Amino acid sequence: MSGAADVLAPGAAARPVAAASAAGVGRPSLLNLLFVLPYVMLMLGLVAVPVGFGLWLSFQDYDMLGGWNGSVGLANYVNLLSDRIFQGAVRNTLLFVAMTVPAFVGLGLFLALALNDGLRRSAVLRSVFFGSSVLSVTVVTLIWRLVYMPERGLLGTVLGAFGLPEVNLVADERLALLSVVIVTLWWIIGLPMTLFLAALQQIPREIYEAAALDNAGRARTLWSITLPSLKRTILLVAVIEAILQFQIFGQVLLITGGGPNNASRPVVQFIYEAGFRDWQLGFAAAASQVLFLLMLLAALGQLWLGRRQDRG
Amino acid sequence: MHGRRTLGDHLVLAAVVLLAAIWVAPIAWIVGLSFKPNDELMRSTGHLLSPPFTLKNYADILGASSVFAWMLNSAVVAVGQTVLTLAVASAAGYGFARTSFPGKPVLFALTLAAFAVPEQAIIVPLHTLFAEADLHNTYAALILPRLAFPFGVLLMTQYFKAIPAEIEEAALLDNASRFKVFWRIALPLSLPAQATLGIYTFLHAWNDYFWPLVSATKPEMYTLTVGLASMQTNFAQTEGIGFLMAQAVFAGLPVLVLYLFFQRHIVTAVAGGAAK
Repeated sequence: MSGAADVLAPGAAARPVAAASAAGVGRPSLLNLLFVLPYVMLMLGLVAVPVGFGLWLSFQDYDMLGGWNGSVGLANYVNLLSDRIFQGAVRNTLLFVAMTVPAFVGLGLFLALALNDGLRRSAVLRSVFFGSSVLSVTVVTLIWRLVYMPERGLLGTVLGAFGLPEVNLVADERLALLSVVIVTLWWIIGLPMTLFLAALQQIPREIYEAAALDNAGRARTLWSITLPSLKRTILLVAVIEAILQFQIFGQVLLITGGGPNNASRPVVQFIYEAGFRDWQLGFAAAASQVLFLLMLLAALGQLWLGRRQDRG
Repeated sequence: MHGRRTLGDHLVLAAVVLLAAIWVAPIAWIVGLSFKPNDELMRSTGHLLSPPFTLKNYADILGASSVFAWMLNSAVVAVGQTVLTLAVASAAGYGFARTSFPGKPVLFALTLAAFAVPEQAIIVPLHTLFAEADLHNTYAALILPRLAFPFGVLLMTQYFKAIPAEIEEAALLDNASRFKVFWRIALPLSLPAQATLGIYTFLHAWNDYFWPLVSATKPEMYTLTVGLASMQTNFAQTEGIGFLMAQAVFAGLPVLVLYLFFQRHIVTAVAGGAAK
């Protein structure tokens, strides 16, 4: 506090104002570079250099055990695209994104609309839905492996109580991916819910009051006022979730291990196994570039769709 | 606001309460398991609410578990990463928002570009670089990579830009140095943003999985997430379900307690972190 008082000494305002415009940005000075220098060095060394190195790696025959055997051109990419397991991983990832993104948008929106009031009950329920997001992926998977455990798991016990037969989601090729979708929803539904709640608070109350005066019904108010006002947020949530869910990894590795029969292996697990189990660095780096490209395309595609709708 | 309740309201409420039960049930279930003797759980998990109960699973953590050591590693990494991120990002954010220096447009453009790079896209080359430097299985390797991620810098840049410049102008006219203005005026004003960035960074570091998994390969350098994951192999055959669950509860408890105390800040930080 005293520091601020020092520099704000009375009389300061009476000095010539000629240099005052400088305060916003000021004269260029090499000395100011010191502010950003630590960050710039970190960013260059740990992001920019790895991006370049990774791109280079993807064109090399580089094996952690066998060493560097020179450039192979596009061979890594060619091998990748004809690799059945990689094709499956891309398909699984796209399927996973296609299942989770609409679910996050739909469920997040529903919860936000249902819990957007001042009631204490709603505050408690919001805490419940957000709370699981603070847990780490390994705690979450420990919990859910117990839920999915055959015979003695929570799911089987509950189904049994209703006289229903047990389903082993994790061990079923058709359902393994779904089991991970459920875990992911449970884990991080809090984020889309919170983003929608924040957006709902931004809608001016006057609009609702005007609608009430017009005797507009609840359904009509929701349809013609609330949802149109949330259009940008819906797009934002969809883009954020798509980017996040393309990176699906920990839940799968720890719950299904990518199985059964590769039915749930996503691209990031493929990268992990190629790079850190088989130590084929060039091959893994090529797979990383493909993932990066897929994510970029998905995000751009959604933004483009959003723009078009905005105009229409 | 909407007058009397309709049937629709009741249906929505019922649906939300049912969902909430589904959200709570798995956690309640494992907490229950953690208080049951392991030999009973081998046979059946159907009698969680009736005796016998035991505290042995928790007592065993004290003697037979590495959870404490892993938790310490996680604390060192998360606190180190948070403190350093705040320092690096605040200084850089101020530099970009308020000062002028040669190369600034290029460096800021690079920062925006770096922001678009996902961790998975560079994890293989990053791992190779750290291997060349012989840094794996050290705290430095666990802390450093995240410091370079531009999110914090962009957040702080935005925040400093939004602070009225007049306050600093007066100080500059009084011949205070740029650094003094940053340290004594701008930094104290940025405390709310520091809180957001700090909580976001801490949670992220505490829960991080992929990088620690490939970097910390010696059990004594495991973070809590990696350590817990290492126990999940041969899960179905385990004879210590109750013990395993006690460790899960023990590992999840610190963040859940933090969440209860700082709920509003955490929600803001996480949502702000995603919306960028």
